[in-house]
Amino acid sequence: MNLRGIFAIYHFEMSRMFRTVSQSIASPVLSTALYFIVFGSAIGSKIGNIDGVNYTSFLVPGLIMLTILNQSVSNASFGIYFPKFSGTIYEILSAPISPIEITCGYVLAAASKSVLVGLIILITSAFFIEITILHPFWMLLFLILMSITFSLFGFIIGIWANDFQKIQLIPSFILTPLTFLGGSFYSIGMLPDFWQKLSYVNPIVYLISSFRWSFYGKSDVNVVVSISATLFFLILCMVFVSWIFKTGYKIKT
Amino acid sequence: MIVIDIKNLNKSYENGLKALKNINLSVRSGEIFALLGPNGAGKSTLINIICGISKKTSGKVTIFGKDNILDYKFTRSKIGLVPQEIATDSFEKVINTLKFSRGLFNKVPSDEYLSFILKSLNLVTKKNNQIRTLSGGMKRRVMIAKALSHEPKILFLDEPTAGVDVNLRKTLWNFLNKLKKNGVTIFLTTHYIEEAENIADRIGIINNGEIVITENKKKLIDKLGEKKIIITINSSHNKISYITKKYQLKKNKNKLSYIYNSKKNVDLSASLLSDLVKSSVKIDDIEIEKSNLEEIFLNMVEK
Repeated sequence: MNLRGIFAIYHFEMSRMFRTVSQSIASPVLSTALYFIVFGSAIGSKIGNIDGVNYTSFLVPGLIMLTILNQSVSNASFGIYFPKFSGTIYEILSAPISPIEITCGYVLAAASKSVLVGLIILITSAFFIEITILHPFWMLLFLILMSITFSLFGFIIGIWANDFQKIQLIPSFILTPLTFLGGSFYSIGMLPDFWQKLSYVNPIVYLISSFRWSFYGKSDVNVVVSISATLFFLILCMVFVSWIFKTGYKIKT
Repeated sequence: MIVIDIKNLNKSYENGLKALKNINLSVRSGEIFALLGPNGAGKSTLINIICGISKKTSGKVTIFGKDNILDYKFTRSKIGLVPQEIATDSFEKVINTLKFSRGLFNKVPSDEYLSFILKSLNLVTKKNNQIRTLSGGMKRRVMIAKALSHEPKILFLDEPTAGVDVNLRKTLWNFLNKLKKNGVTIFLTTHYIEEAENIADRIGIINNGEIVITENKKKLIDKLGEKKIIITINSSHNKISYITKKYQLKKNKNKLSYIYNSKKNVDLSASLLSDLVKSSVKIDDIEIEKSNLEEIFLNMVEK
């Protein structure tokens, strides 16, 4: 096992984050603070409680999930796409490091950044509202599991993309809409029957729901189903990454 | 000892282009092997396949006796690669990029060794500079330093001195010779015949994806080279036309040129001189010119 190789990639990616701290950390924190001000304080005061939880507090898990999904995908996709774009991928491909080890380096770095940003948002939200976390262990586990899963998904996008536009394509046109419609800002139970049923096709519903459960003990769907759905997506991404490296898809000519 | 062994290597692209055709090539330990060829001949494709960047269509590549696909961790750990294009992480510091390369190749961190590499390539004063602030030549040196950061046994250089000024080129040649003395095998591709002529022990010529010849540099020049004897005579002479015809001399004012190829012709230079003396032609000067690698190269690839 080339542990030094994995660490080299991990360290390189984390250094990049600290070099661009305003983009990596300050930007998502600012966006979240704005969400709290607009949706929480301004509009939230008119909405009242949802499932017995104050609306501003209700927003916290959804906002964290919204941010970490986007951060995981963008960090991992950019992390692997940029060496392809700049040509420095030659060094990774000619090094004695296996595909699994390469993936570990990039995905763990992207997931670490997301977890860090998620925790910073959690701390930031403490300035606006009182935070309650009924199941802190599960909260942290969901945070890590979803960061890894979506970093893996971002890694696949980064390999598939052959220009910067494609990197933004799936996050902008699929992921963000699904996250907004997945119950980030509302409970699925608030929707009319037809839209509720349709929402259950959206995989993000399960992620947000289980994450919200770890905070307030209330969930739109069964937590076991949520965890199973996340693990299924994780395994699917792993299988796809293995296929990519086996065939050299979009990496080797 | 053979350290790189390539057998029946073929590479075809999906569009039908055959980039490499049945390549058979061996490189021995501690030698500098230069692969010459025009643009698109297949030089970079060959290096990329050996190093694991491109996929082969068929054939076998072994490094120190191990298959470069089945035992890729072993073979790649022995190889350092300097690609043709300058590709660096512009915002990274020089020293950090070397540490990254060393780590990637699973080597224990060694500030001492990296300092030695930086010193050897005159990069000590630039070690804390971001790569984007360096000149093109300096970036090229960083690429070489990265390739050497994990102490490889074989160094591949794909046109290492393309676009590099004469001074730096000569500095690099000296450095490559030092590496060779330290037991590193060097495989380089180049456009510069002068480069191959100066530093290579053996030369291969590749054209249209086929190895045309591989030979010891001196032997190649001796075997394929033409010898030109230029005889400066004192004045024109009536009997010269007979001699010119007999030996197929080229005449330019008072200079007669006799060209012979050791592979194709019998050397008649002694007979020519004897005939000139017999004809009472006064000889002022005799020069002998051996054809250089460039002429040999052009002869081979233009066939």
